[in-house]
Amino acid sequence: MPRYLLIESRDPFDSNDTRFCCDLAQQLAATKNEVTLFLVQNGVLPVRPNARSGDLTRLAGAGVRVLADSFSLRERGIDERHLASGVAAAPLDIVLDALAEGVRVIWH
Amino acid sequence: MADKKTITIAIMDAPYENSRSTTALRLIDIAAKRGYNINVFAYEGAVLQPFAGQTPHANAVHGRSVEEENHFIPKDAIAALMREAERNGGKIDWVNCGLCVDERGAANAIAGVRRGSPADFWQMAEASDNTLVIATR
Repeated sequence: MPRYLLIESRDPFDSNDTRFCCDLAQQLAATKNEVTLFLVQNGVLPVRPNARSGDLTRLAGAGVRVLADSFSLRERGIDERHLASGVAAAPLDIVLDALAEGVRVIWH
Repeated sequence: MADKKTITIAIMDAPYENSRSTTALRLIDIAAKRGYNINVFAYEGAVLQPFAGQTPHANAVHGRSVEEENHFIPKDAIAALMREAERNGGKIDWVNCGLCVDERGAANAIAGVRRGSPADFWQMAEASDNTLVIATR
């Protein structure tokens, strides 16, 4: 099964094109691909349970693994214990693991 | 080493301008600690990341000396990453896009940085286990 890691670094409150990653992740998952969405930098801001976190929770429900960079969370004072449903914290090592394993990695 | 990997990372951001630079250096750091071979292709403003002329400064507003300010200097971080990679049996091959260097007068780079072209990026990607392009927006 093809595997994809999509890295979202943009803040949905600041950028109007972050839906690109969610849409692509959902479409890839729907066509039997293993997909992880990794949020980094200001991309982690929507993991706080709020109006914009619903997209991430729905994505997790659609079979996409949704992870948020632990370092980016700490930098922004976001408590790893209180993330939106379906989102988990993970270290940046996830990206190197994926690269080493030949996963298709796309930065946005 | 059976699990030794070669990873290519392309970056485009100038220093001190975007979190992408920090994330790129964090990724290179993890790879260096794993002993991977890391190819970096620096394009556009990123050719200034290893610019040798970077100088730490004091902070007069806060009354701090150069030492107290302990300013982050990308060229020093890159040199440290190169040493870290070698300590762990890996290597960082850092290629600065030559035309981007000329445009910015950035030829004075730290040791270990070489001049190249997008053709080098293609060759590095071809010879790598995987490639990540960290593009500007």
